[in-house]
Amino acid sequence: MTGDEIRGKVVEILGQVVPELDPSELRADAALRDQLDIDSMDFLNFAIGLHKAFGVEIPEADYRQLATLDGCVAYLAARIKAA
Amino acid sequence: MASFLLPKLGADMTEGRLVEWLKRPGERIERGEVIAVVETDKANVEVESWVAGTMEKILVEPGDKWMPVGTPLAAIRTDGVEPVAPPAFAQAPPPSPVPAAPPAAAPSGPALPGDRLRASPAARRRAEALGLDLASIRATGPDGRITLEDVEHAASAKPAARPPADRQQRMREAIATAMSRAKREIPHYYLSTVIDCAPALAWLEARNRDRPVTERLLHGVLLLKAVALALREVPELNGFWVDGRAVKSEAVNVGVAVSLRGGGLVAPALHDADRQTLDELMRQFQDLVTRARAGSLRSSEMTDATVTVTSLGERGVESVFGIIYPPQLALVGFGKVVERPWVVGREVVPRPVITATLSGDHRATDGHRGALFLDAVGRLLSAPEKL
Repeated sequence: MTGDEIRGKVVEILGQVVPELDPSELRADAALRDQLDIDSMDFLNFAIGLHKAFGVEIPEADYRQLATLDGCVAYLAARIKAA
Repeated sequence: MASFLLPKLGADMTEGRLVEWLKRPGERIERGEVIAVVETDKANVEVESWVAGTMEKILVEPGDKWMPVGTPLAAIRTDGVEPVAPPAFAQAPPPSPVPAAPPAAAPSGPALPGDRLRASPAARRRAEALGLDLASIRATGPDGRITLEDVEHAASAKPAARPPADRQQRMREAIATAMSRAKREIPHYYLSTVIDCAPALAWLEARNRDRPVTERLLHGVLLLKAVALALREVPELNGFWVDGRAVKSEAVNVGVAVSLRGGGLVAPALHDADRQTLDELMRQFQDLVTRARAGSLRSSEMTDATVTVTSLGERGVESVFGIIYPPQLALVGFGKVVERPWVVGREVVPRPVITATLSGDHRATDGHRGALFLDAVGRLLSAPEKL
């Protein structure tokens, strides 16, 4: 899976959690919580979506690595590679 | 035969629109079964039947028409069993919306706040069913009594339909109505306490560490369960203010304030929160928040909350002193978990703490009972393994 494919899938899952998401306005290096006004329930649903889509376990201790879109892509790429 | 009326799905609801029937004439209806979808100012709500029987006749078809609460929508041929009590909001006094124009004075002069308006029992019941404020109805009966005819006249004067309005605007109006009523009628008292979160957070971290993401708990669920159990200890805070007195609820149905995208909020109920395991409560909480934000709730969830919990901690707020949602008796608030110096034994150490607040209805309870409640919440959170 390429980085672009991972990125596209992550944005798709974000869109399921935040229906009004406009991908063109999403800043890849800025905190998702701040940009999208998501709370802990939204973030949990996002993590569940990633888990189901990519088939990787995401320990709670790793949540901070999912703070930005770039962070998500890097984290998931490493997890997929390690699997 | 029972009339299926447009239900009052919250203290702030005066009108609704029928979106869809899920039962047609001749079809069987079980008690508690969803039979219609109604749009309120806040959400599309799946409305459950409070009687079992057969759909006899549909009186109103889905459409764009906004109707007052209490409008007959259908007739249900019942099984002959007495209907169970309707939900709390149906029993509670109707909201007293701020009238668009000053209410017409009765011949005997306008009622003073707290006065019981004179109205015939039939007029009172009809006004309640229609969601009309008696104070806004012009009385023509003897000695300034409001008659059934006066109520019907007032109802007919209301616009039967209105142009589709922006939902956000309507939600703000609904919230304004409920909160204005709360501030006008409920003498609030406010209490707060700071609770050491270290035991709860440590327990949660250990519990979630080896669980798949689909089975994890949020800190908020521990707070909700602690509130529910504390209400068992101080049941005077759990219930409704109805007809001038507090009515305790046997069930502990915790309303959860859910902020909606684009603004506004709803506070649907987590039923029997005190009886559920943390896992069960988490799943129900997750489902409820998801459906609330998708605008798809059930009527019982909109009407059954016996207390409300709000948490603004994730937005950086350290404490919240909320307004009680009528006809409930209390509202509990939680702020952000922050690191603070804390005395443990003889040492000052950094500890994660949270500020819990209580807004109580002083007609129903005094600060002493409220203090016992907050103390119970703190004690319960100090032993999370027992929640």
